[in-house]
Amino acid sequence: MNNFGYSISPSSRIDLDKRDNDKFTRIVLLEPGFRKCMACGLCSSTCSGANFTDVSLRRAIEMIQDGQEKSAIVLLKGCMLCGKCNIICPRGINTRNLIRNILKVYMEELQ
Amino acid sequence: MIINGKKKIWSDYQKEIPDDHYFYVRSCIRQNFFPASEKLFLEIVRDRLNLDFYETEHHTTCGGIAYHSDTIPQETVMTIVARQFALMSEAGYKNYVASCITSFGLYTEILDTWYHYPELEAKIKENLWKTTRREFNKPEYLAHASDVVYKLRDKIASQAKYKLVNKDTGKPLKVVEHIGCHYSKMFPSKGVGGAEYPYVLTGMIESWGGEIVDYPERRHCCGFGFRQYMIRANRGYSLSNTYKKFESMEPFHPDMIITNCPGCPYFLDRWQYVIKEMEGKTYGKEGQGIPVFTYEEVAGLVLGYDPWYLGLQMHQIDVEPLLDKIGIKYSKTDKYLL
Amino acid sequence: MNKEVLIIGGGPAGLECASTLLMFGYKVFIVEKGSELGGHLRKWDRLFPESISASETLERLLIPSKKAIVFDETEVSSVKLKDGFFDIILSDNTELHVHSVVVATGFKLFPAEKKEEYGYGVYNRVITNADLEASFKNNSRDILQSKRVGFVHCVGSRDEKISNRHCSKVCCVTAVKQACEFKEANPDAEIYCFYMDLRMFGRGYEDLYLKAQNKYGIRFIRGRVSEVAENVDGELVIKAEDTLISRPLKVTLDLLVLMSGMSKNPDNDQLADMLGLDIAEDGFFVQHDPTINSIKSKIKGIFFAGTVTGPKTIPETLNEARSAALAVHKYLSE
Repeated sequence: MNNFGYSISPSSRIDLDKRDNDKFTRIVLLEPGFRKCMACGLCSSTCSGANFTDVSLRRAIEMIQDGQEKSAIVLLKGCMLCGKCNIICPRGINTRNLIRNILKVYMEELQ
Repeated sequence: MIINGKKKIWSDYQKEIPDDHYFYVRSCIRQNFFPASEKLFLEIVRDRLNLDFYETEHHTTCGGIAYHSDTIPQETVMTIVARQFALMSEAGYKNYVASCITSFGLYTEILDTWYHYPELEAKIKENLWKTTRREFNKPEYLAHASDVVYKLRDKIASQAKYKLVNKDTGKPLKVVEHIGCHYSKMFPSKGVGGAEYPYVLTGMIESWGGEIVDYPERRHCCGFGFRQYMIRANRGYSLSNTYKKFESMEPFHPDMIITNCPGCPYFLDRWQYVIKEMEGKTYGKEGQGIPVFTYEEVAGLVLGYDPWYLGLQMHQIDVEPLLDKIGIKYSKTDKYLL
Repeated sequence: MNKEVLIIGGGPAGLECASTLLMFGYKVFIVEKGSELGGHLRKWDRLFPESISASETLERLLIPSKKAIVFDETEVSSVKLKDGFFDIILSDNTELHVHSVVVATGFKLFPAEKKEEYGYGVYNRVITNADLEASFKNNSRDILQSKRVGFVHCVGSRDEKISNRHCSKVCCVTAVKQACEFKEANPDAEIYCFYMDLRMFGRGYEDLYLKAQNKYGIRFIRGRVSEVAENVDGELVIKAEDTLISRPLKVTLDLLVLMSGMSKNPDNDQLADMLGLDIAEDGFFVQHDPTINSIKSKIKGIFFAGTVTGPKTIPETLNEARSAALAVHKYLSE
């Protein structure tokens, strides 16, 4: 192939039609509160690890709902399960359970 | 698809396009890629329809490429455009028609700016006097050459030898219409049909027998821009836009693409080769690519001009399969003979 | 008391104002442009937040107002203020001589075809919230069987491009209500709501939002829809943005519901000229004392009720209507 000096940029668009619905359904069963998230940001703002790492539960939840699982896992790996987000969530989601189950379900294939 | 909804939107965006007595200005680069387009436009309106279209050898570029590439300031481009208008007034014309769509967008933008900021117009008047000792009047009507062909489309259809119909199946050809961004996206009221569902090319295709394809990325830019392709490292961005358009139109299996901009058909035509080299993918039936035309070339084809006279041999995508589909007679051996 | 009051507009505000005035013993005229009383309420199926029936609510408003004298398919042609009386001539040449006027002409639903990028009137599968209410009323299987549904909030509101900068207040909760009702009608449906801000201001609205997410699994995406187009199978391809992770988004849907907002009534300008009142920039009538006395106009004896002075919910409209009737009573007792 000729070296054109440029290439086609991949699209960064989220395609909701391509979401893996099986894994998503499993997460919902394991932690039904997952659907209650209203992306208020209290979890990520109180997070112990957020000052030093990329951890953000709010962004991770939004990414999983958009089918961007790989990016979501990166945002949860640094979680220490301290439970501050659990205390503060105004919708009463069991965030620690959610984080553990997200990491369990979506990282299964990596094991 | 409810066609009445579209018809209502088209009727909301009607534009006054004069029939005759135009001052014509050419495009800087169009002649290189599509050599016969402008010549054919003048031939159709002057020889076939006996209209008065005047052009002078003294006119220059409108400065659009430089302006949009951010190399000249706004006042410079306004003075250049003022000089063009001065040439128009000196020749005694009030209707201005531009061949290039970026020019058209630039003229519309400048006229609108002068309308809202008359002090700027006065300053440019002074600039023009100081530099060239010319005085200008603003045109009464500003049209793009595709608007004129749109207005004359039925006259062309009445003189047409061929229709945009597949001669074997009898079905109208599926045509993708691509409108240059600067035509109606900036000032929707200045484009026939508005910005969402432009009608200028659709009207032409419909009177010439074809069928328009409405695909999701219809409004998307082809990626030409100016800054993004002039520097080689940025060209991938332009290419990705065209790639996106092709991926979107492919399921509809279009037979041809018609555009009204100098840059768009150039990109839509040439990038198909690059996509083939990079991705290994060719569009169109039997992997022969989707031929891209300017509206003057399509007008010439339906009127029965020889395809090689129209300069179609300069296209990257071979037009012969489409010519065979329509049933246009041409000589294979004469293709590259001058 | 044989004093006479004219109410312009026979919607919920006009009807409730009429009932209260009749209770005080006044003679009440209602002038209604359409052929039936009830205004927009006649078109709805169920009302938020408790999902009570709209037609039953309308019945409850019609019954106590039956003694009012109704001029339907009629408009006001001219108004003259003389010695504390209003000399009114209607479009059917009836002449009225009233002591007070209540303006209750309501709103107009934004014509969604004006937002051309959404393709209302161009694509079959794009409908408005009013169309969806009609579908619920008529149990239109064709619409209600759609598997993937999208709701677009703020169509015709908060939009400089169509000169409607205001928020129409009630469309957010209506969208959530309709999304829940759709899920009840079709439990397999996948529903998305594309919003800018969710205005769940009323009592019980936040619970409705929670129910929509928790019980029905409706997905709320913060970001507007920019373009709608049809793909080769006739399905709608929606382009939006998920602003919470700053990425553009694409989804294929079977049905798109546009939440048309409350726009000004186009008759307002002419009516304002006739009555000597002012119209604000958003097209609704100017209130003389918006905080303390929202139903007062700048002319003595003319009062407002309902959405004629801006978007409102039905309970707010009915309360204003009663308040306007009380203001009329106070004015006429002086």
